Amino acid sequence: MKTEILLGDEAVALAAFHAGLTVAYSYPGTPASEILEYLIKLAEKHGHLKASWSVNEKVAYEEALGVSFAGKRALVSMKHVGLNVAADPFMNSAITGTNGGLVLAVADDPSMHSSQNEQDSRYYAQFAQIFCFEPSNHQEAYDMTRRAFDLSEETGLPVMIRLVTRLSHSRSTVQPRQARGENELNYGASRDWTLLPVNARRRFKILLEKQPGLVRLAEESEFNRLELNDRDRSLGVIASGIAYNYVMENLRSRDTAPSFLKIGTYPLPEKLIRRLVDHVDTVLVVEEGYPLIEKMLRGLFGIPGKTLRGKLSGDLTLSGELSPELIRPALGLPGLPRRELKGFEPASRPPQLCQGCPHADTLIALNKALESSPRANVFSDIGCYTLGAYPPYEAVQTCVCMGASVSMAKGGAEAGVSPSVAVIGDSTFGHSGLTPLLEAAAANISMTVIILDNATVAMTGGQPSYASGERLVRLIEGVGVPREHIRVIEPLPKNLEKNVEVIKEELAHDGISVIVAVRECVVEARKRKRRA
Amino acid sequence: MKQDIILAGVGGQGILSIAFVIDSAALKEGFQVKQAEVHGMSQRGGAVQSHLRLSEERIFSDFIPRGEADLILSVEPLETLRYVDYLRPEGMIVSSRTPLVNIPNYPDLETVLGKIKEVPGHIIIDSEKLAREAGSARTQNMVMLGAASHFLMVKKDDLVEFIGVLFETKGESMIAANIRALELGRQAAEPQGGT
Repeated sequence: MKTEILLGDEAVALAAFHAGLTVAYSYPGTPASEILEYLIKLAEKHGHLKASWSVNEKVAYEEALGVSFAGKRALVSMKHVGLNVAADPFMNSAITGTNGGLVLAVADDPSMHSSQNEQDSRYYAQFAQIFCFEPSNHQEAYDMTRRAFDLSEETGLPVMIRLVTRLSHSRSTVQPRQARGENELNYGASRDWTLLPVNARRRFKILLEKQPGLVRLAEESEFNRLELNDRDRSLGVIASGIAYNYVMENLRSRDTAPSFLKIGTYPLPEKLIRRLVDHVDTVLVVEEGYPLIEKMLRGLFGIPGKTLRGKLSGDLTLSGELSPELIRPALGLPGLPRRELKGFEPASRPPQLCQGCPHADTLIALNKALESSPRANVFSDIGCYTLGAYPPYEAVQTCVCMGASVSMAKGGAEAGVSPSVAVIGDSTFGHSGLTPLLEAAAANISMTVIILDNATVAMTGGQPSYASGERLVRLIEGVGVPREHIRVIEPLPKNLEKNVEVIKEELAHDGISVIVAVRECVVEARKRKRRA
Repeated sequence: MKQDIILAGVGGQGILSIAFVIDSAALKEGFQVKQAEVHGMSQRGGAVQSHLRLSEERIFSDFIPRGEADLILSVEPLETLRYVDYLRPEGMIVSSRTPLVNIPNYPDLETVLGKIKEVPGHIIIDSEKLAREAGSARTQNMVMLGAASHFLMVKKDDLVEFIGVLFETKGESMIAANIRALELGRQAAEPQGGT
């Protein structure tokens, strides 16, 4: 097969396809979106493959679990915080076990380029007690994903592929291998998949009994590699995933390399680690994300007679992405000579709402409507409109997680915030805003929810949104918001005064109200016109 | 032989198109390629950059180490300055002089250009003028690719070939405008053409 240049995300997608994938699910989120984007393109060319966006990550995971139950292979992908949403089915899928191969590709975002936190998904794999691969490059992303499907079926457990932004969004060459066909339909046993206590207790024991076998698989894995230097026993380096590249980049020019253990799987290969630690005086752990390996090695009391260095010792940073130059001091290397800009600090250029963005018009109208309400609070959510926190708008005061605007506005209202406003996009509303609105409507809480319906998931590149248009209005009515307090506006500069009036009226209403601001995303409108 | 290039610009200026053309040419010529991109939030009118690494040997890091870049290829002058500390001491700059002003505190343009000129190996190109001459203001990225083409380890003919692939779905006139932009940028950066 021909060598291709692929994003790390695309390498995972192609490998899943070649592994005999039947269906793939995901919810858009940077840096994971391109996995399903690529599979959707493949599905357009290959009729038997199915790939579609789910309403949220929990639903995506459960759909994938349904595929696995039926004996077929499924891929579910998401960003790291998406796994918080999917944590319930994820944790329980280790107890039910899998039938057809089930692979979860999760992309972490160290440095929080497009995220609220930089949580490390390897902890989730450890928490659920499942096997996890951590690729360092594109070929490994492909090879590990291929292996992950087989391993899922061999162990009867879901398998995680842990990616990070720097691999997800980097391009390099991949040599694909011969594709495999799909699995036959073959239902799972109901005694394993029905987690009543009697079954769950039995299944949990089985999960625990599988653990030594997972460690053995790690010890035998080609993706963990130990190289001992017999002439120099001073330093041993343990590097995992993408961090391996940064170490190698710096060791490239050196004549002698320290002893080295490259980690690509979890659970950790215990015997290989033991051999490295026994061989050297100082162990340096380099890993992207939280200091998971370092913490396990350190335990409560450290390793007697050895020096352990890494993030916890202060040799490497505990927050943000690593880079080749950041780890040089830890390797005992001097900084590289480089050019410097003396006496000039380039003004920063943060992301911003596009020219003509409908959100801007809604936020301007909202600001005006709230001018005489100094004790108002605008709770917001995850999407382009979060950029409304920046000047010149400074229109929203919170951004926590998907759907939190609606729930927090309810909590705020119950604590005495007035007016209490939620600002949320259509897709985020469908993801997690609908359930808190059901609750707020049932209790007729005095709050106003503004849904920005631009008919797409804009921030991540324009994926389809389900809770949009007519369906959105019917949904709002369906959860019990009175029809007269569901107001639809068109956010355009020419409608400013009219829209301010509508918002003011609903803010003054002592009960639940929803304003839907409907106008297509300008980027998507442009794309649509170009296609036409 | 290796070459480490920082591509710089503002979201929407077509940095990733430049990257696609160089990557594809490099793959065709048998080089190793790694190219780190920025997706997501920053693409909304923010500063974007791409680390592009070409080599005859295995490339490890997706990031260019600060101090090892051979070239900054930038479609926007303020963005050029954001990455100067990635350059090795002899590294060079090929930069547009056309500012994209979407922030209230954009510095004085002459100060920005003056700072670029402090780097001994610099070429500054009027990408807006040449792009218009090529037939579309949106081809500034290809003007800049053309200007840098003298210094790239991939062949110009291969760049032209993959511009054709990149704009395949956009029609013949779009392909032609982009190739014209590449040629105009290349001419402007001939040794006597630079500033």
